[in-house]
Amino acid sequence: MLLRHTTADVMERSALTINPAKTCQPIGAMYAALGVHNCLPHSHGSQGCCAYHRSALTKHYKEPVMAGTSSFTEGSAVFGGQANLLQAITNMFALYNPDVIAVHTTCLSETIGDDIVQIIAKAREEGKVPPGKHVIHANTPSYVGSHVTGFSSMVKGMVKYFSEATGRKRNQVNIIPGWVEPSDMRELRRISRTMGISPNIFPDTSDVLDAPMTGQHEFYPRGGATVEEIRHSGDSRSTLALGPTASEAAALALQEKCEVRAEVLELPIGLVATDRFINALRHRSGIRVPGFITDERGRLVDMIADMHQYFYRKRVALFGDPDQLVPLAEFLVTMDMRPVYIVTGTPGKRFETRIREAIGDSVPEVQIRQGPQADMFLLHQWIKREGVDLLIGNTYGKYIARDEDIPFVRFGFPILDRVGHSYFPTVGYMGGMRLAEKILSVFMDRQDRNAPEESFELTM
Amino acid sequence: MSILEARKLQVYRKGAEPMKLDCNKQSVAGSVSQRACVFCGSRVVLYPIADALHVVHGPLGCASYTWDIRGALSSGPQLHRLSFSTDLREMDVIQGGEKKLAKALCQLIDLHQPKAAFVYSTCIVGVIGDDVEAVCRQVSAVKGIPVLPVHSEGFRGTKREGYRAACEALLKLVGTGSTEGIGPVSVNVLGDFNIAGEVWIIRDYFEKMGVQVVATITGDGRVDDIRRAHGAALNLVQCSGSMMHLATRLKEERGIPFKRVSYFGIEDMAQALYDTAGFFAELSPGIVERTAALVGGELAVIMPQIAQYRRKLEGRKAAVYVGGAFKAFSLVRALRQLGMDTVMVGSQTGLREDYEELRQLCDEGTIIVDDSNPLELSSFLQEKQVDLFIGGVKERPIAYKLGVGFCDHNHERKEPLAGFAGMLNFAREVYNTVASPVWKLTPRGRKRELSWS
Repeated sequence: MLLRHTTADVMERSALTINPAKTCQPIGAMYAALGVHNCLPHSHGSQGCCAYHRSALTKHYKEPVMAGTSSFTEGSAVFGGQANLLQAITNMFALYNPDVIAVHTTCLSETIGDDIVQIIAKAREEGKVPPGKHVIHANTPSYVGSHVTGFSSMVKGMVKYFSEATGRKRNQVNIIPGWVEPSDMRELRRISRTMGISPNIFPDTSDVLDAPMTGQHEFYPRGGATVEEIRHSGDSRSTLALGPTASEAAALALQEKCEVRAEVLELPIGLVATDRFINALRHRSGIRVPGFITDERGRLVDMIADMHQYFYRKRVALFGDPDQLVPLAEFLVTMDMRPVYIVTGTPGKRFETRIREAIGDSVPEVQIRQGPQADMFLLHQWIKREGVDLLIGNTYGKYIARDEDIPFVRFGFPILDRVGHSYFPTVGYMGGMRLAEKILSVFMDRQDRNAPEESFELTM
Repeated sequence: MSILEARKLQVYRKGAEPMKLDCNKQSVAGSVSQRACVFCGSRVVLYPIADALHVVHGPLGCASYTWDIRGALSSGPQLHRLSFSTDLREMDVIQGGEKKLAKALCQLIDLHQPKAAFVYSTCIVGVIGDDVEAVCRQVSAVKGIPVLPVHSEGFRGTKREGYRAACEALLKLVGTGSTEGIGPVSVNVLGDFNIAGEVWIIRDYFEKMGVQVVATITGDGRVDDIRRAHGAALNLVQCSGSMMHLATRLKEERGIPFKRVSYFGIEDMAQALYDTAGFFAELSPGIVERTAALVGGELAVIMPQIAQYRRKLEGRKAAVYVGGAFKAFSLVRALRQLGMDTVMVGSQTGLREDYEELRQLCDEGTIIVDDSNPLELSSFLQEKQVDLFIGGVKERPIAYKLGVGFCDHNHERKEPLAGFAGMLNFAREVYNTVASPVWKLTPRGRKRELSWS
C-alpha cells in the first residue's frame, strides 16, 4: 500500500498539493515549440528546468528532446538574465543553426522581471540574429496556469510573431491541434485531407517526436510546421482550434490579427466529438462525407455495440487535462458509462460547464474539482469513500489503481511506463476504437483474473 | 562537427598532447547541456530517506518532476515516494510563501507523523526572500521533529552545489541521536542510494565480514540511523561527488576517518571490502580471512558466467557519459573486465583530478569530455563506432536513434549493478543490449552485419 496514508475523510487543504494532477507551464511551451520545423526551444531560467523538461518529454515520447537553457547563476538572479539570453542566442545560432529559437520564461526569470521582448530586440539590434532567422517567445511563469496553458501561450506566440495576412486567401484551413500526441496530429491531417480540406496544422510534432529510425540522430527531425506555413496561417480561410484550453488563445489572436475566422471545438475524442469535427470540416470543404469515413464511424459504432454489455453504468474516475477530459467524459457517457469523479490541476474558466454540457444530465452524482489542491490525493480520497470500476489518466494513476485494485487505462500526459501512446492516435473514429478496445481489455483481464475456476470462461 | 569555441577546452583526446581539461565551470548559455541544477542535486541525494517528509517549496513543477523519480528502494516506509508541494501561485510570489509553507508542513506532519522533514527551496524562494530557516525553526518547535531547510535554489550552481546543500542538511541531523549499541567495528555507508536494492547487497557483505552498518546514507535511509551515524568508526564514501562534503566535515569535526570506495565492478568491489577489512584488522581478528573467503566465494559463483560474456563481448567498444566522474572510473574498469574498450568517457560534474585519473585509466585515443551535449555525444558515438552507450534518461534515445545498445547506469536501472552479483547483472545487461538482434534491423547494423558467436 504505497498510498497507505490516504484517508477516506477529505481534509481541507489550502496550502498544500499532494501528488499533483498537473505540472508547470514551461514544459508545455517546450512541447509546442518542438512542433515547429528547425526550431530549438529555449528555457530562460536555471539549468535544472530545462533538464527536467527534456527528461520528462523524453520519458513520455521515447525520443531525444533538444532544448537550450540560459543557465542562470547567482549573478543572473540578481542582475537579470539579459546577458545570458544574449549569449545563448549567439551560441545557439552559431552551433545549432536553428530557423527559430523559441524562448519561454520560468518562475525565476519572470520574478526578477526580465523583459524578453526588449532582450530579443536588443539581440536583433546587435546583429545576433542572422538574416532569415527568428527568435520568438512566450511568458510562462510556473506559478500561473499549468503545462497546458504554457503550451497555449507558445502557440499564441507563434501567431503573434509569424502569422501574416497578405490579402490573398489560400484555400486552406488552419488546424490548431492542442496538446495531443504526434500520432494524433498525423491522424488529424489524414482525416482533414480525406474530407477535402488542405490543412495547415501548427504546431505539429508528428515526425519530430515519433520520427522513424534512420540510424542518425537528427538534431532537427524532418517534421514540424515551417515558419512559412505558420506565416500563411494569416491567409487561411478559417481556423479550427481543437480544445479551448490549449488552442483557443492562438485562434482568437489570429482572428484579431489577420481576420481569419476562428471556431473552437472540443478535441475530437470519441464518437460524438469526432462527428462535430467531421461536420466542421464538411462545412468548410462543402463535400459529402466520403464512404470510408462513414465506414470508420460505422465500425466504431459496431464495436461499441459488440462491447456494450460490459459497459453498463460503470463508474469511472478521470484525471488529466481539461481538453482531454471533456470529450473523454462525453465518450464514456456515449458508451453507457458514468464518469463520476473528474479532476484536473489545470486552472481556467468554464471547465465545469464544459464537462456538464458534455455529459448532460446522465451523471447527476458527478464530482468535479479543478485548480490548486485538485490533486491525486483528493481523487484517491473520493475513491476511498465510494469506489469506481475504472480509472483513466496518466501514469501517476498507477498507485491508486494498485492500492484500490481498480482497472486502469493510461491516457494523457505523461505516460512513463508504456510504449504506444505516441504512435497510435486516440482522436477520430479510429482513435475512439483504440480507446474502447483498451477499456474493454482492462475489464476483461480483470474478469479473467478474478473468476473462480468453474466460471472462468473461454468466450466473451 | 563544430564544438563551440568556449567548450573546446572541455573535450580532450588522449594522446601526445598534455591534458588541460577545463571543468567545474558554469555551462555556456545556449548549450544543450545534459546537466541539471542545485535543487536536482539536493533532491536526488536526500530523496531515499524513507521516513522523512520531503516538501518542495515553490511552484509545482519542481515537485512534479521529482515525484518518485528514482528507484531508490525502501525496506519499510514509502513516504519519500509521494510528492508534496506548496504549489506557489502568483499571489504567493507577491505576498511571500512563508505562511503557506508553515501551514503545509503542519498539516503534513500531523498526517504522516514523519521522523523529520526536509524543506527544499526552489529558485523563486531565493528571489522572493522567504525566511525558510525561520519557518523550519518554528514548525520544528511546535511539532517536535527536526525540520531541515535545504538551500537548493536552482540558480546557485550545478548539481554539485546541491549535493553540498544536502550534506549541510544531513549534518544537522548527525550527532543528535544516541550511539548506544554501536561497536568499534562499524561503518556508515555513504553515497549509495539503493537503486534496485544495491545497498542491501553491500550491507550483507559487511555483515558477513562482521562489520556493523550504522547508517546507510541515504539509500534505504532512516532518520534515526542518520542521527546516530557519528557513532560509527569509519565512513565509506561512494559517489564521492555527493557525499565527500559530509565525510570531510565528519572527519574534521568528529574525527571519523573515511575511505573512498566503489561497489561497481569486481576489482573495485573487492578493493572496497579489503580496504575495510584492513582498517579493522587489529580490532577484529580474522576479518581479513573472512573477507577473502567472502570474495572468493562470490567470485567462484560469478566468474565462469562473466567469462562467457567476456568471450562474446571481447573487443567491442563502449562510451560512458554519467553524472559523477567517480562512477566513470568503475565503469571503465568493469567494461575492461568484460573485454570492452571505453573509447569515450565523460561526466556532467567531474573535477580536474577526476579527469586526470580518467586519463591515466584510459587507452590512447579515448575522448574525455566534461559537460557534454547531445550533438557532441552523438558525433563521438558515430566517430568511434561504439557498440554500447552507458548513461541516463536523456542519453538513452540518442543511442537508440544511432542503432547503438544502451545500459542505464542511473536512476532507471532496474537490476542492481553493485556488488559481485551486480557485476554479473551488468555483464548480462551489456551483452543483452549489445547483442540484441534489433540493431541488425537498423541502417548501421545492416551495414556492419555483426556476427555473434
